[in-house]
Amino acid sequence: MRLTDDEKAILAGEAGPARQWAIRHQMAVGQFFDAPDFVPVGQAHIMADTESLGEAGVAWLEELAALRAPERRVRVPTITDPRGLDPGSYKRLRQTDAMAAIEARAIAAFEALGVLMTNTCINYQTVLPPVRGEHLAMGDTGVVIYSNSVQGARSNFEGGPSALAAGLTGRTPRYGYHLDGHRVGTRHFQVRQRPRDLADWGALGGIVGKATNSYWEVPVVGGVEGWVEGPPNSDELKHFGAALASFGSVAMFHMPGVTPEAPTPADAFAGRPAPQAVSIGAGDFEAFYAGYAAAGDKVDVVVFAAPQLSLIEMQQLAGLIDGRHIHPETSLVVTTSPEIKFAADRMGLTARIETAGGIVAAGVCFYQSYAREMAEANGWQRLLTNSAKLVNIIAGYGYKPTLASMERCIDSAVAGKIV
Amino acid sequence: MPIVLKCHRGLGPAVTGTALVAQDNFSARYDLDRLKGTFSRPAHKLCGQSYVGRILVLQTAKGGVASAWMLREMAARGLAPKAIVFDRTNTILAQGAAFAEMAMVDRFEAGDPTTLIRTGDEVRIEPDAGLVTILNRD
Repeated sequence: MRLTDDEKAILAGEAGPARQWAIRHQMAVGQFFDAPDFVPVGQAHIMADTESLGEAGVAWLEELAALRAPERRVRVPTITDPRGLDPGSYKRLRQTDAMAAIEARAIAAFEALGVLMTNTCINYQTVLPPVRGEHLAMGDTGVVIYSNSVQGARSNFEGGPSALAAGLTGRTPRYGYHLDGHRVGTRHFQVRQRPRDLADWGALGGIVGKATNSYWEVPVVGGVEGWVEGPPNSDELKHFGAALASFGSVAMFHMPGVTPEAPTPADAFAGRPAPQAVSIGAGDFEAFYAGYAAAGDKVDVVVFAAPQLSLIEMQQLAGLIDGRHIHPETSLVVTTSPEIKFAADRMGLTARIETAGGIVAAGVCFYQSYAREMAEANGWQRLLTNSAKLVNIIAGYGYKPTLASMERCIDSAVAGKIV
Repeated sequence: MPIVLKCHRGLGPAVTGTALVAQDNFSARYDLDRLKGTFSRPAHKLCGQSYVGRILVLQTAKGGVASAWMLREMAARGLAPKAIVFDRTNTILAQGAAFAEMAMVDRFEAGDPTTLIRTGDEVRIEPDAGLVTILNRD
């Protein structure tokens, strides 16, 4: 890789051992992916919940945190993905004090590095939205796909160590989605039916993701233009992108007429001939839901998460639950970012949800917060959610997931069984 | 003459070990019992088998961003594979291998390595040279 004088100095250890580790790590990854050089990044975003970090990861962070301040502080704004535990709600979710203790150690280490504990996977809605052409080192698949596709920014999936390395050096290797050549559409889909709600948008992401199934493919989703209801909003694209990234490991999509790098289908394919489009209609949605159906089953836990809820979703949820009571044998968990939780508290939304029996947790996203241990401690198995991403990943933690609209999720939470 | 396979320049140190091969994918978060060192997802073709100290040969990397932390944590507990050979990896597992200083290679000239290497083969991985040598076969 070509290095600038500043990068050579970092590599020589002149900026301390943390930055020297960081650039060595980044060069190894960059050479693996044939990066010609580095590109400066505007932000880094670290996925580092304590369940993933483990004792080894936390101890490693603490070693960095023990360095002198000039040697350990990040160089660009560096923020965090949801954490393993919310201090405000962990006892109600039957998480343990041992989990809280290791969480506190990780937070102290990150704060010593100058990392801002935003604890959110909806930073593109709530912290500092990425800008078209801006290079980033984002560490959550849903954040990467939204930043690349909806905002026209440029990021690869950056795992926790790589995102932290980018924060420390202020740059990342120029490969993958930093390069024009990787951002061209390679697969083609045509939507025949407008998704009705957020669960449907997630289902659409799941359908396209299963069919695409590669980090290196860029699906182009046509048919979205010209709907009388208008284009999808940010929450709809959030659920679509999160599911697409989860089911397909996909980091970028184009939606001609909606996303900024594809005003037309021809732009999406950069003038190359478009592949034959795969049609997606009502039958595809029905089959997707049918794969998780469990009507009549007792529901143990209803979860709204993955991604965290926006303020608008919090209001929708509060509106559906007003004056009702969650069934005594069913739990209802809602996750959002600390900033949205603060706003929801201030505007009375949290109180409306919790009066009905729900738990609003801040700075977590359910599946990253010891989901298996929560299932065992609470006796949860059947899980109902409106997040297609969550139904894809949570089965690995011993849950039986079902996908339904927000309305059906609330009706089921009240009934105690899937309606 | 051992069989020599050319691949893209890889990550980590040169190692020699016994191959464990499947035409399946790999997620550190969802496929493994990391405390026991075995594949645990029932649908995985290697379910029940130990990966500890083996050279894993699989098709592609799956799963979320969390896997980037996990290879190092597995290595710290002495319950990690010796190397991972993919047909094509994603960014997260490559970053995870770099963080763990574990050998990883992919992108073979002769095609999918899960069709070229067999379980039980003695395999030499040289990431810097982009070479994988099957030592026990001609």
